[in-house]
Amino acid sequence: MLRIHCPYCGVRDHEEFSYFGDATKTYPALDAQNHDDWVEAVYMRDNPKGVHAEFWQHTLACRRWLVVRRHTVTHDILSVVPARERTLS
Amino acid sequence: MTSANPSLGRWRTPDAGQRSENDIVSFTHDGQVLKGYRGETVAATLLAHGIHLVGRSFKYHRPRGILSAGVEEPNALLTTRDGARREPNIPATVLELEEGLVTHTQNAWPSVGFDVMAINSLLSPLFVAGFYYKTFMGPTRGAWMFYERFIRRAAGLGATSEAPDSERYDWHHGFADVLVVGSGPSGLSAALRAAQGGADVVLVEQDSLPGGSLLNQPAGKPHTTWLADTLAALQATGRFRLLTRATAFGLYDGNTVGIVERAAPGTADVSKGVPRQRMHVMRAGAIIMACGAIERPLVFEGNDRPGVMLSGAIGAYINRYGVLPGRNAVLVGNNDAVYGDAMALARGGARVLLADLRPQADSQLLSQARSAGVDVKLGTAILGAQGGHRVRSCDLAPFDLASGRVTGAATGHDADLVGMSGGWTPTVHLSSHRGIKPRYDAARGMFLPGGFDRDHHGAGSMMGSQTWVEAVESGWQAAEAALQGLPGHQTASGRSVTLHAPPDQGHMGFTPVGHLQGVKSTGKAFVDFQHDVTVDDVELAQREGYQSVEHLKRYTTLGMGTDQGKTSNLNGLAIVAAQRGLSVQDIGTTTFRPPYTPVTIGTLAGRGVREHLQPVRRTAMHDWHLMHGGAKVEAGLWIRPLWYSSHGATLSEAYKAEMDIVREGVGIADVSTLGKIDVQGPDAAEFLNRVYVNGFAKLPIGRARYGFMLREDGIVMDDGTTSRIGETEFFMTTTTGQAGRVMSHLEFLLQVVWPELRVTVASVSDQWAAMSVAGSQSRQVMQAAFPGIDFSTEAMPHMGVQDVVLQGALAGIGIRIIRLTFSGELAYEVYAPTHHGLAVWEHLLQAGQPWQLRPYGLEALASLRIEKGHVVGSEMDGRTTLDDLGAGKMASAIKPFWGDALRRSENLARTDRPTLVGLEPAEEGATPANGSILFFADDTIAGHGRGHITSTTYSKSMGKAIGLGLLQGGTRHIGQEIIATSPVHGRQYRLRVVDPCFLDAQGERYRA
Repeated sequence: MLRIHCPYCGVRDHEEFSYFGDATKTYPALDAQNHDDWVEAVYMRDNPKGVHAEFWQHTLACRRWLVVRRHTVTHDILSVVPARERTLS
Repeated sequence: MTSANPSLGRWRTPDAGQRSENDIVSFTHDGQVLKGYRGETVAATLLAHGIHLVGRSFKYHRPRGILSAGVEEPNALLTTRDGARREPNIPATVLELEEGLVTHTQNAWPSVGFDVMAINSLLSPLFVAGFYYKTFMGPTRGAWMFYERFIRRAAGLGATSEAPDSERYDWHHGFADVLVVGSGPSGLSAALRAAQGGADVVLVEQDSLPGGSLLNQPAGKPHTTWLADTLAALQATGRFRLLTRATAFGLYDGNTVGIVERAAPGTADVSKGVPRQRMHVMRAGAIIMACGAIERPLVFEGNDRPGVMLSGAIGAYINRYGVLPGRNAVLVGNNDAVYGDAMALARGGARVLLADLRPQADSQLLSQARSAGVDVKLGTAILGAQGGHRVRSCDLAPFDLASGRVTGAATGHDADLVGMSGGWTPTVHLSSHRGIKPRYDAARGMFLPGGFDRDHHGAGSMMGSQTWVEAVESGWQAAEAALQGLPGHQTASGRSVTLHAPPDQGHMGFTPVGHLQGVKSTGKAFVDFQHDVTVDDVELAQREGYQSVEHLKRYTTLGMGTDQGKTSNLNGLAIVAAQRGLSVQDIGTTTFRPPYTPVTIGTLAGRGVREHLQPVRRTAMHDWHLMHGGAKVEAGLWIRPLWYSSHGATLSEAYKAEMDIVREGVGIADVSTLGKIDVQGPDAAEFLNRVYVNGFAKLPIGRARYGFMLREDGIVMDDGTTSRIGETEFFMTTTTGQAGRVMSHLEFLLQVVWPELRVTVASVSDQWAAMSVAGSQSRQVMQAAFPGIDFSTEAMPHMGVQDVVLQGALAGIGIRIIRLTFSGELAYEVYAPTHHGLAVWEHLLQAGQPWQLRPYGLEALASLRIEKGHVVGSEMDGRTTLDDLGAGKMASAIKPFWGDALRRSENLARTDRPTLVGLEPAEEGATPANGSILFFADDTIAGHGRGHITSTTYSKSMGKAIGLGLLQGGTRHIGQEIIATSPVHGRQYRLRVVDPCFLDAQGERYRA
């Protein structure tokens, strides 16, 4: 059981959350019709062994979208921030 | 004190009389009523009655006895209880006596004493490792199909009940600062230190009593006092909880431990809501594993004879239960602990010969043993044991432990009990569950935990402690370390109590011995008792190239029984290492996975069975539907009325009648299950304009619009209507099935993609009950129900929206009315606050009486929409685009929207994709069947075809069966005949392609 520290609700079981995947991508502007940029944003994913930034939503509580930095081998969770405040490295 | 009562068994020590007659319990074993003391295990009572033979082995059906006194038991597996409560493969060594308990031996017919399948033992050259692979793979594979039934019946364990489990199981979500697993000396010491350091401590013990190895020592000694004092000190902290009969079976992410707690005998009671087992999901700040060690058998010919037991188990039965497993005993071992067991036997009145494999032993220990009457022979090994249903003799020979060689001739010794100890194996299971491989300590000859995650610690014999003094010290140290990792707790501040350890019991040994054999050895020496794996099998696997431990395990099935090789794994590894001239370290060990001991599926399911399997959602009108003959159907988590029995005796009759009600008069349906989302904010219109493919920015207040929204990859996500309630306020509806997903999607867009938009969304699905009044008479019904509102088309046009506060009987209730249609008839959706939903529903039915307003169910609702060619989840199946659904025209060309870019991807924009069509029979009996594959008339009927049928119904209006489907080229084929096949139904039939809208394509009905 992953225990995720929601910045709004405190430490909760992962069963309260929904997983959405890679949080390192940004979407192109909606009026940008560059197909390749959208393909990059929607489909292209790294599969890192190590720390991975990913979207989780606290679905069964505050419903905030969060960026969780999780180690994919140890499942250690290094940080959790609201997705609104995410900074892309 | 009472004298030994013969009805309690003749194999009891005089001490057994300490317990009173009030503690006597009767149970039935293989039809025989036996008496024993409350608190005993079934194994202890069986031994007290002189019953050693308790099972037949898995493959050879050899007679087997009780090997151990704990969870590691490979042989003495019983089936307990009867009927729905029957449970197989329960070790007699952990099963507590209970009044009225029924147990059966397994894997024997007609009885454990005379088992016809014992013939397998004579055929044993056939049943070597890999027998089934070799016999039934390749050309003879077909034979397996025939023989499997017989083989599975002959080789096996107990059978489970096929009836639903009538017991109750619960889940408990728990928290602890420090969780200690194991209540032996190290666990108790760790728990005490942690509790005194200010931590909330939970101590988990799989036994019925705390104490671990202390329980197996003679009563009345100082360690008994130590145990009592330590438990009292723990209780005094006020921060201590003890779970007995509780097994920590798995260690998971996030410091979460799965614990199964078993009810005390006779306490589980479904009628009182007392569960039989309780699953604890324990989240701990720190975890201290003090899991102990398990004694290993010695590997020699006939080591599986009933009456050959682990030495420590003998000590446990005598000291803890007052049961004497034999009167003429030979004990063989390689460590000090055996001496304690030998002296216990001697005290109990048995004749004892102790063969120590080591050339020397501690002189004090030797003199103690000898003065207790134990005949000790140093440098002596056991080479074989003889006997049928009970061991009767064994062979001992001079032995050099360093070389592993027998150095002289064997001599026979009569014995009714053989005890063996090949050292101890630290219980590293739990620490390995995190994927950390155990590491081999070559110096001491044992696998130790390979490491620990942060906040995990180990203590006691699991970490190699050989004495109680060491164990108590290591527990204390582990607790100190655990406290340091916990914020706000008192850290290493010195000891607040003097640390008394119980007196030393002598050193446990860990080093494995390997295979003990004489020059001429022909019999079977077992490594894995439960799966009948012998030394020969292990050697054969090596010769045939199955050298890796993981291959060895799967080829021979060593360690794959319900005991998971707790007594056998290390012996297997030691034998392989010796054969290959490698060290055990190089061989490695197989992977330990949860659960540590078997867990009943019912416990994992907990209360989540039958009606509790998932949450249930009911609409405000749920009870009304049931009272009026509504047939329940599950739609996701919702329960909806499928049809009403007042309209017909069967579904087929009723839904057609209900379609007529709507098409020819007026009907009312409960549509509360629609997803409803409140969208508010200065940028709400802009937001919806980006979310929907069609324009919403200019939607006037008081009007609704139908729209599609796409996923980011251009596939259709959902459809629904959104109403503009005010300048900055919108009311969105979604399909029932996609409500949760759409909500998350909107939140993602607002929080992640466009955080600059000033919009909030809130799910109001549960706040609004909803009902659809549909049919040509619906305006009259609405007018009668709500006389203060003007329902003329001028005042309330198609897609008009009004919020109204009701007068009269329903005064004060605010409702929302949207004129929109799903059936294609003139229709109004009425939204009422959930708590008033039923009142409004009944009010409408009352007002609608002159027009014979009647309810219609989900089946009619779905059939009416098929006649209109409206799409639902069957068509919006996560693979279809707007164009596939014939809705491409709705996409705005003048504003960007979510999913627009990728819907133009080459493969999504192809013109030969299957698109929406209507289908009707082109020949007699060609009723469209859901899922049928579509082919063009001149196609070869093979493969995936040109599309498939998505929805079907009988159309009352058309007088024929109709369907919707997705077909390559879509409506370009209107008028053509195509072929549908349904391999599932074994049907092939001809259909005609028609427009997906079967009825009133111009929309005259709903615009009326």
